[in-house]
Amino acid sequence: MFKLVKRLTSVVAMFAVLFTFTTETMAAKKSKTLKNTQKKGFVRCGVSQGLPGFSNADAAGNWTGVDVDVCRAVAAAVLGDASKVKFTPLSAKERFTALTSNEIDILSRNTTWTLSRDADIGLTFVGVNFYDGQGFMVRKNSGISSVNDFKAGVSACTNLGTTTELNMRDFFNSKGIKYEPVTFEKADEVVAAYDAGRCDTYTTDKSGLAAQRIKLSNPDDHMVLPETISKEPLGPVVRQGDSVWEDIVRWSLNTMIEAEEYGVTSANADSMKTSDNPAVKRLVGAEGELGAALGLDNEWSLRIIKQVGNYGESYKRNIADTGILPDRGPNELWTKGGILYVPPAR
Amino acid sequence: MNFKKILPQLLTLVVVILVFGFFSYNAQVNMENRGITFGYGFLSQESSFDVQFSLIEYDGSHSYFRAYLVGLLNTILVSVIGIVFATIIGVIVGIARLSNNYLIERTAAIYVEFFRNIPLLLQIFFWYFAALRALPLPEKAEPMFGVFFLTIKGFFVPAFVWNNLDIFIYSVIAAIIAIIFVRLYAKKKQENQGIQTPVLSISIGLLIILPLLSFFLGGVDVSVQIPVIEQLSKTSFTFKGGLKLPPELISLALALSLYTATFIAECVRAGVQGVSKGQKEAAASIGLTPNQVLKLVVMPQALRIIIPPTTNQYLNLTKNSSLAAAIAYPDLVLVFAGTALMQTGRAIEIVSITMLTYLTLSITISIFMNWYNKKIAIKEK
Repeated sequence: MFKLVKRLTSVVAMFAVLFTFTTETMAAKKSKTLKNTQKKGFVRCGVSQGLPGFSNADAAGNWTGVDVDVCRAVAAAVLGDASKVKFTPLSAKERFTALTSNEIDILSRNTTWTLSRDADIGLTFVGVNFYDGQGFMVRKNSGISSVNDFKAGVSACTNLGTTTELNMRDFFNSKGIKYEPVTFEKADEVVAAYDAGRCDTYTTDKSGLAAQRIKLSNPDDHMVLPETISKEPLGPVVRQGDSVWEDIVRWSLNTMIEAEEYGVTSANADSMKTSDNPAVKRLVGAEGELGAALGLDNEWSLRIIKQVGNYGESYKRNIADTGILPDRGPNELWTKGGILYVPPAR
Repeated sequence: MNFKKILPQLLTLVVVILVFGFFSYNAQVNMENRGITFGYGFLSQESSFDVQFSLIEYDGSHSYFRAYLVGLLNTILVSVIGIVFATIIGVIVGIARLSNNYLIERTAAIYVEFFRNIPLLLQIFFWYFAALRALPLPEKAEPMFGVFFLTIKGFFVPAFVWNNLDIFIYSVIAAIIAIIFVRLYAKKKQENQGIQTPVLSISIGLLIILPLLSFFLGGVDVSVQIPVIEQLSKTSFTFKGGLKLPPELISLALALSLYTATFIAECVRAGVQGVSKGQKEAAASIGLTPNQVLKLVVMPQALRIIIPPTTNQYLNLTKNSSLAAAIAYPDLVLVFAGTALMQTGRAIEIVSITMLTYLTLSITISIFMNWYNKKIAIKEK
């Protein structure tokens, strides 16, 4: 009798050891950020202090925008619920510190991907969710119809601590124009100062200009000049050194874009499980083991598409239908003349 | 016995060192984990951003260190302007609060209560955006005295173009040294012979005559450059030539001095009221004129009460000037702890330099005010 008990215990112990071993290897695959996120039950996401179309809170505190949707996609993939995101509004100045000091886990705040940011300050850019470029807004009655009409002494309002500040200098220097930079920490103050006539022009990313124009007292009196003076690929950023988390964020974004490419939408995602196209089946988790490679279950991508929608839906909902930039321009799929092109999910 | 005495201090020292050691070690490990390097080498790199208002020559091709200097000088500039105006307004309002005239006394009291009870940042926003709303566009600006233009893009004033400016400065320095000698001489004369010398008029005379001589003999030459309006596009104008004070500087200096002046006014009132009535009566009874009573009896005693709390206000004003970042005045926080920090990503280095700078500024003001306080303190022999 005692022998039996002893033997049984040893078997149980053996299984226990085996079990812990396997769970540990599973856990080892998980990243620290992923583990913390699952423990907390929400994704910590840094966003802007209010940029319509990208990240903007309504009166009830609900965040919407294409930047917001990236975080929602990650929440859907990791936690199974796109609403489980805690948003932290950040100024341009605070954003990187908030990420590197562990205040947030994803920075999705219309942030330009540059070499020095990527390499130098402990950040990793995971992709591009909006291709933008810097432009200028002027008063329609000023008679300025092109950037070549600017003259020495022009004053330009913008946000401090952005690539805009550097591009502006490069641009005016190349034209040999002496200019007066007036830089504010918050976008609302830039708009107010430009609106009051403190500056002749307001310069930032064109999407930003289109979005902020709505805030001016007479939006119709202002226009954005046609020229684009810089490349501004905007995308989500994560901390350097957690490659699993980096992959999760990257492929959450890629899933949204690829879903649009294959015509998978939030409405038809479930029915796509029986599609004839293996690429589509992989995308909705009906084939392959792609989730396991990321330390997630196999329905992760399906949840993203069902709860957040594909990139096209997100763009339409946040940017096109709100009248900010109805024309997708470069942010159209590569198959439709744009430059949105993501590696295949397989 | 001796050992017992120093043991607690020794322990405290060890704890302090350990705490600092822990934090710097912790920071080092964390920065290493996140792939952030530490170093001050970036200060010599090209900054590649411009600043709208600078006291020294600067553009983006200069180094980050030069950008730091630009910010520092702008901070000092607005602090000095703020301190000067806060002191002038504060003294006037403080004395007005002691006035026997009901209207003057009440007006001063309302001013003090109003301005010291509204948060400073709100006042800065108020003055800035109120100024932006109220000021005219350059093309609509009415000239003041024909040469000053107060517009939304700044306050344009005539600039002096100097020839041999250094000789002029030397002559001013010479005048100041001469004044010090005159004062010493006058004091001695009064102590030895009891004769008073009109020091003030001699000083003013010296300050005028010596620099004037430099014009005739030293080859100093000055011409005035008056700002002229220039068209940038169909509807946008600005001024060329002359000196431009940005509206950010004006509204910040205004907000800082109006706010701090309320506290200084209260210090002044406390100081004057702190001198006992008997002192004034005694002074009057030995035949001093009311002016002399104020200058020789009341003020020296009142200053002893006024200086220490006023020092605090000067320090507050200097530190409060960092709110400049909210309205685009390029001070140390905006230029260095703002743009430079963002462009380099070197948060720890830049924040530490900025903190150290404010500490140094504050301690300098403190030391100066303490020296002045000691100078006017009662000297017991």
